[in-house]
Amino acid sequence: MGLFGSFTRAKKEKLDEGLAKTKESVIQKLTRVVVGKSKVDDDVLDELEEVLISSDVGVDTTIKIIERIEKRVARDKFINAQELDKILKEEIRALLAENAASENSDFDLPEGKTPYVIMVVGVNGVGKTTTIGKLAHKFKSAGKSVMLGAGDTFRAAAIDQLEIWAQRVNVPIVKQKMGSDPASVAFDTLSSAKAEGVDVVIIDTAGRLHNKVNLMNELSKVKRVMQKVVPDAPHEVLLVLDGSTGQNAFEQARQFTLATDVNALAITKLDGTAKGGVVIGVSDQFKVPVKYIGIGEGIDDLQPFNRDAFVDSLFGN
Amino acid sequence: MFENLSEKLERSFKLLKGQGKITEINVAETLKDIRRALLDADVNFKTAKTFTETVKEKAMGQNVLTAVKPEQMMVKIVHDELTQLMGGATTDINIKGSPAVILIAGLQGSGKTTFTGKLANHLKSKRSKNVLLVAGDVYRPAAINQLQVLGQQIGVPVYTEEGSKDPVKIAKDAIKEAKQKGYDLVIVDTAGRLAVDEEMMNEIAAIKDAVKPDEILFVVDSMTGQDAVNTAKEFNDRLNFDGVVLTKLDGDTRGGAALSIRSVVNKPIKFVGTGEKMDALDVFHPSRMADRILGMGDIVSLVERAQEQFDAEEAQKLQRKIAKNQFSFNDFLSQIQQIKKMGSLKDLAGMIPGMGKAIKNMDLDDDAFKEVEAIIYSMTPQERETPEIINGSRRKRIAAGSGTTIQEVNRLIKQFEDTRKVMKMMSQGKNLSRMMANMPMGKR
Repeated sequence: MGLFGSFTRAKKEKLDEGLAKTKESVIQKLTRVVVGKSKVDDDVLDELEEVLISSDVGVDTTIKIIERIEKRVARDKFINAQELDKILKEEIRALLAENAASENSDFDLPEGKTPYVIMVVGVNGVGKTTTIGKLAHKFKSAGKSVMLGAGDTFRAAAIDQLEIWAQRVNVPIVKQKMGSDPASVAFDTLSSAKAEGVDVVIIDTAGRLHNKVNLMNELSKVKRVMQKVVPDAPHEVLLVLDGSTGQNAFEQARQFTLATDVNALAITKLDGTAKGGVVIGVSDQFKVPVKYIGIGEGIDDLQPFNRDAFVDSLFGN
Repeated sequence: MFENLSEKLERSFKLLKGQGKITEINVAETLKDIRRALLDADVNFKTAKTFTETVKEKAMGQNVLTAVKPEQMMVKIVHDELTQLMGGATTDINIKGSPAVILIAGLQGSGKTTFTGKLANHLKSKRSKNVLLVAGDVYRPAAINQLQVLGQQIGVPVYTEEGSKDPVKIAKDAIKEAKQKGYDLVIVDTAGRLAVDEEMMNEIAAIKDAVKPDEILFVVDSMTGQDAVNTAKEFNDRLNFDGVVLTKLDGDTRGGAALSIRSVVNKPIKFVGTGEKMDALDVFHPSRMADRILGMGDIVSLVERAQEQFDAEEAQKLQRKIAKNQFSFNDFLSQIQQIKKMGSLKDLAGMIPGMGKAIKNMDLDDDAFKEVEAIIYSMTPQERETPEIINGSRRKRIAAGSGTTIQEVNRLIKQFEDTRKVMKMMSQGKNLSRMMANMPMGKR
């Protein structure tokens, strides 16, 4: 298995490619900070703070990491950049590991939950619809039958966008007109999925800012209406976060969790210069596992989140 | 929109309160809090550092001259610095060419297409321009349809080339068409792209070379974190854009990206997006934004919005009625409609100084007027004009008709009568704030 778990070599390279920018800057900075030093002094911690803050890890999490490193160093006595790098990785991995993340890398589905219903939520422009397209492709490739529900009835052409993805992946889609009730779309989708014995249903929703009370209430309603067809639906509420989002990601996680009991996260756009540090922060402060990461616009550019591979790729080897 | 930063700074300043003068020691604590607040607000690490150092310098320098209320002085210094950082005076966009060409660029999901629609709407309705939109995002599924739907909503034509995958050619052809058909202004929407995507960055540079835009706007999500500066810098290096558009500011993001981008690329922020509707676009005012960051509210914006929706003739008619004590439920209803037109209640309330914090966690429903409207709609025309005739049995009927209770009907009528009284007083020169205190929406 090695360090990368189920990651194939090709997948690892793709992730590395996407995160290359991050890797360079972090390792370079760390090396610069500790060169010629024999212990962790204030300069090192200041630089470390800059590295973490600049990666969107956030002040609270950064302080937590630094405190843990200080404790470790007092105990273990660190000497060089490699060792500091190793300790840093271990501590961050530990923060991520404190979640009971289910590492569902094979797109297997739990027994007795057919159809398995995934509801996808998030603020505007994070990449919900694209993530759904890629997710549908993954499930289909894993031999599952998939059905999509065009629940974003608000944004102009959102239904068309999902429909194009449905054609690409070759899976059925249930839709109504723009402006129709998203709860009714969800109801229709689940009803026909149930009738046809579909394995996985993925419901799209309109992007909404988490501080709009009415829109958040609407999400709760969509969820309730689904339960009329499948009593324990949705099995998965997937909150999609944009990898370049800063500290507001915490507020998004908080509010969407309140409205819909989010139980999985997807982090998108990690192929850009964004550091993805938000993953560490959100994972640490919210006990919701990161399940998928998006690393491009192609149909295959979605990976199950693997924290070891992620941390290794983040800081290089 | 920046409630959280304001709150934090407020707290920082409270630490200073009650101290006689600014010293190295008491200012150090405040500065640390300011820096922390800025970082929590996603202000770039380096920008935050430079900013707090400048504030410190100014604060220490001033201390020698005056030793009055340190927290007031710090507010002023921080406010001045914020304003300066965000660009000083307001900058307009360049739409002088014939046709003038505006190019829109940015990352995926930043809100380019929605902004493109809003900008077209703004230039059409407020500057009377004859606008042509160009659908240049040939990659994202249904991006072209999205712009077409928006174009239809605002009544602006959209230039597309069915099946074409060449945005450079599309843009060039669109401008040719605009010249032929006499459009004043062309807005070119483009695909979202990452700054590290060499091929896509070359493409947008090629579009720029081909259409020679008079104005290039870089659209950025206000929730962006530390990466905002890198992206802005890359786009600026490639396009030398003229201004920045900050979207999704109706969220609760602290919007620190606004500060960092301005300081790193030295380009002004020209517009802010504040909602999904086509009129949810504001011109960016650095000093107002600084006021807002510091929790001083945004009274100027509020007044402007009110003026826009306000019908002067209607108002005069109303004033005459008030003077004669003929203010009726019909007038009351049309007042409610006007307030509703001005935007969401939460938005409006957020602009009032001191309200930002108060309403942050409040469920300020945009349907706050729904019951009031239902009750009034359940009245007969006669009842609306002469509320005096509404007796017990009429109240009962109104309550049943509007799906409310008699108590609620009573309350509304009582509030209406109070409002009427206050309005009469006001028309005789009494002050406005008393009227506000009696408005029914304050009592829900």
